[in-house]
Amino acid sequence: MRIGNMFLAATAAVALSATSLLAGSDRLSIDGQEMTTRAKAPDYTPNLDQVISGWVFRSEETQALELDDFDNPSFVFIDQANDLWNKVDGSEGKSCASCHDDVAEFKGLRTVLPRVVDGKLQTLEDIINSERVNRMGAEPWGYTSAPMAAMAALISLQSRGMPVQVKIDGDAAPFWERGKEIYYTRVGQLDLACANCHEDNYGKMIRADRLSQGQINGFPTYRLKNAKLNTVHARFKGCMKNVRAKPYKPGSDEFKALELYVASRGAGLSVESPSVRN
Amino acid sequence: MKRTSVLLAAAVLATAAQAAETSPGDVVFDNGAVSRSLTGVPGDPANGRKVFMNRKKGNCLACHANADMHDQLFHGEIGPTLDGVAGRYSEAELRGLLVNSKNTYEDTIMPAFYRADGFKRPLDKFKGKTILTAQEVEDVVAYLMTLK
Repeated sequence: MRIGNMFLAATAAVALSATSLLAGSDRLSIDGQEMTTRAKAPDYTPNLDQVISGWVFRSEETQALELDDFDNPSFVFIDQANDLWNKVDGSEGKSCASCHDDVAEFKGLRTVLPRVVDGKLQTLEDIINSERVNRMGAEPWGYTSAPMAAMAALISLQSRGMPVQVKIDGDAAPFWERGKEIYYTRVGQLDLACANCHEDNYGKMIRADRLSQGQINGFPTYRLKNAKLNTVHARFKGCMKNVRAKPYKPGSDEFKALELYVASRGAGLSVESPSVRN
Repeated sequence: MKRTSVLLAAAVLATAAQAAETSPGDVVFDNGAVSRSLTGVPGDPANGRKVFMNRKKGNCLACHANADMHDQLFHGEIGPTLDGVAGRYSEAELRGLLVNSKNTYEDTIMPAFYRADGFKRPLDKFKGKTILTAQEVEDVVAYLMTLK
């Protein structure tokens, strides 16, 4: 009887803490700007009621690092990106700033990426490298390199607080369908699809980590695990290796299609870049 | 002379042990259960407990809580708790679940721990390999049978 009560109390305590962790900490305000961390799921994700930012799933300590740009370790890299913005590079003697008065002119761009241009799926990294090569006469940056992650973060930051709204119909439809197929395909020796963890089991602990929905509205993201900014494709690659699958290449058609599909699963969430995760 | 016969005897035993080990493709399932030991060597529950916990081996604790390991800080919540699991499944059913649980629960998230092929895009270093060895499976089965 006594043991029974103790068990009940313990179970109740566990249930309470799990609920408060997920329900009590979903209000994210960054330097006074409110972020949408939960939105009604789009009709093309019938297995989800709500789409939820990865921020909601993190511990209070990790969450706190994103509340204030002064505390957010990503901003070291934002400073570096601002320097890169003004740095002349390549045969044309230009910097980003030579053609673009203010990075703020890219407000909103991140919300619609990836997008189809001239029949090709284009990511933010593609745009940055295309400008470097075609306008500056500079070498392209590595797809997941430090300068690329920093510049992608600076440009994404201009859209912070705006809702993700990628286009998935029309000429985007075949890319979106390909991304969806990859999302639901089991791979690797562990034989897992993205959906097994991030759709079927989000909110639950997998050993010491709480599974999120795998949303990418906060990318590039600073991870405490590796103390740097991480691009979307670098994260996809890490996830595939975790399930002992041969990853697609960053910048590949497969990862771009997956990026579009995963971005669309976060429709309505605020762009949170550069976010902080574990 | 004497030494030669000992060596010979050892060689014969080793061959016998190898022959007794069932390769992943030859495991016989009956409604998801596997009644025959994969090795013929009784499982070692103490080693099974280690394999259960080890992140590079079974890492069972990643998904299943287990009160027997209350000293371990983090227990997963993906699968059912394994407290008393020996009372819910027979040894043959547990072996079948470890070898390939998809023969019992078709759409389960649980990986197959003794299956070598049929995977999409496996990393090269895991290609053609099983997550656990046959004996490790037997050891984990023996350990699970202690969770009454």
